[in-house]
Amino acid sequence: MTGFSRVQMIGVALMVALIVLAPSVLYPVFLMKVLCFALFACAFNLLIGYVGLLSFGHAAFFGMGSYVSAWTIKHWGITAEVAILLGGATGAALGLVLGWLAIRRQGLYFAMITLALAQMVYFFCLQAPFTGGEDGIQQVPRGKLFGIVPLESDMTIYWLVAFVFLAGFLLIHRIVHSPFGQVLKAIRENEPRATSLGYRTNDYKLIAFVLSSMLAGIAGGTKALVFGIATLTDVHYSMSGEVVLMTLLGGLGTIFGPVMGALVVTAMENYLAQFGAWVTVTQGVIFMVCVLAFRRGIIGEIGAKLKVTL
Amino acid sequence: MSDIILATSGLTREFGGFVAVNDVALRVERGTIHALIGPNGAGKTTCFNLLTKFLPPTRGRIEFKGRDITRLSPAEVARLGLVRSFQISAVFPHLSAIENVRLALQRSRGASFDFWRSETVLSVYDERARSLLDDVGLSDYVDTQAGLLSYGRKRALEIATTLALEPEMMLLDEPTAGMAHEDVDRVVNLIRRIREGRTILMVEHNLSVVEGLCDTITVLTRGRILAEGDYATVSKNPEVISAYLGSADA
Repeated sequence: MTGFSRVQMIGVALMVALIVLAPSVLYPVFLMKVLCFALFACAFNLLIGYVGLLSFGHAAFFGMGSYVSAWTIKHWGITAEVAILLGGATGAALGLVLGWLAIRRQGLYFAMITLALAQMVYFFCLQAPFTGGEDGIQQVPRGKLFGIVPLESDMTIYWLVAFVFLAGFLLIHRIVHSPFGQVLKAIRENEPRATSLGYRTNDYKLIAFVLSSMLAGIAGGTKALVFGIATLTDVHYSMSGEVVLMTLLGGLGTIFGPVMGALVVTAMENYLAQFGAWVTVTQGVIFMVCVLAFRRGIIGEIGAKLKVTL
Repeated sequence: MSDIILATSGLTREFGGFVAVNDVALRVERGTIHALIGPNGAGKTTCFNLLTKFLPPTRGRIEFKGRDITRLSPAEVARLGLVRSFQISAVFPHLSAIENVRLALQRSRGASFDFWRSETVLSVYDERARSLLDDVGLSDYVDTQAGLLSYGRKRALEIATTLALEPEMMLLDEPTAGMAHEDVDRVVNLIRRIREGRTILMVEHNLSVVEGLCDTITVLTRGRILAEGDYATVSKNPEVISAYLGSADA
């Protein structure tokens, strides 16, 4: 009915239970950060895991989504859900342009073009007056949901973030398990063959790219509201690298992998922050261990052990 | 004059200074099995790539069913009913056999851009997919991942997938390459069964396969057509014997 296998259903139930219970144990703002990054990583995974496209410029969509949500809610006083949706629309529109240019090339060239285009977005953000340059957009109000529910309390906005994440997660699952998703997997597996069956593969790749960048924009917009700030960090190429790390670490092409990856990476950054630069070193080491020892990522390895698709 | 389904004129493809396919005028008659043979590097696969538009020709013209297809995209050519297979067996390795075939059947619903719909709508194709798999002797492997199938069975799956498109004309690139004897027989029998109502153009190295199966043979060397005719005619042509067979007793 839902396209989830039984094991996956258990996984989803477990994940929902954790999302509901975790704020009574852990700091909600940290959890919201995890959820925003988890959605971002899931969006990225839609491309690399199911279409085989390695985008090295996903920070552009995440960051621009975050700027637009922050700016519109601050200056136009719109409601929170509209601001988040505008972030998503920004991601989608930018994804349409960047994707349209990048899908003309394959493999490494595709990755390099996305990186180059994302760098252009970064320098645009550095110079454009509305982003506040080095200062970013600060003191962004969280606004009110539907103009009624004030989101100033961490726990109230937490439920909004949890909802946004779950909706995005389910949408991605639906995309993967749709007739469209079948064609995407065919392209990932053997693009010339998909073409020879009569599929105009570039059209499918572009739609997948736009969907992915839209979700990245939504994740960015949500994050801006949670933290009340939108900065250059979110459009910087290191953010693109971070989402690659999260997805690889959690398990590329698995539905829970990016969520797990986002949790681990965010937790490391949060709890190892006292060690300063050592966070990056630790991340580097973990990345190498992951590539050398468990290439399928955490969830991928667990799935392979249990012989199930997670 | 007989009914020509695929015709080329002056078909040429150059790579830098190298002329891989040189002024080829190929005419494939509807309903026949036509073989394209020739020594390595004769331009057979390039020819296939040109016909299916995977490569643009440098010069020349291609007509399929009387329509000029020289400027069409590969996907458009496939939709007109000219479908190719590949030299390296082309399956979707991480998808099951039935999913492989269904991807071709799914074409009949037009472009599948509906990402919001559940894939269960595709189950209407399951029955047809099963019967196609049955046709090629894969009924025991319906849910097996394509990548885990033996080489011969991958080829069979590839043919089932191609057949699912109901193509008027199939281009098979070395359908028996690298196969064990029993697999070769299986594929040959399969091709015999599926030829009904179709035209097949195939590249083939195995001459015994060509002899028993093909109505017309075109011999290509260094990008040019050297000879054309049925097996008896072509195999007696002295130029073919020296160029391709190497010696008279081959």
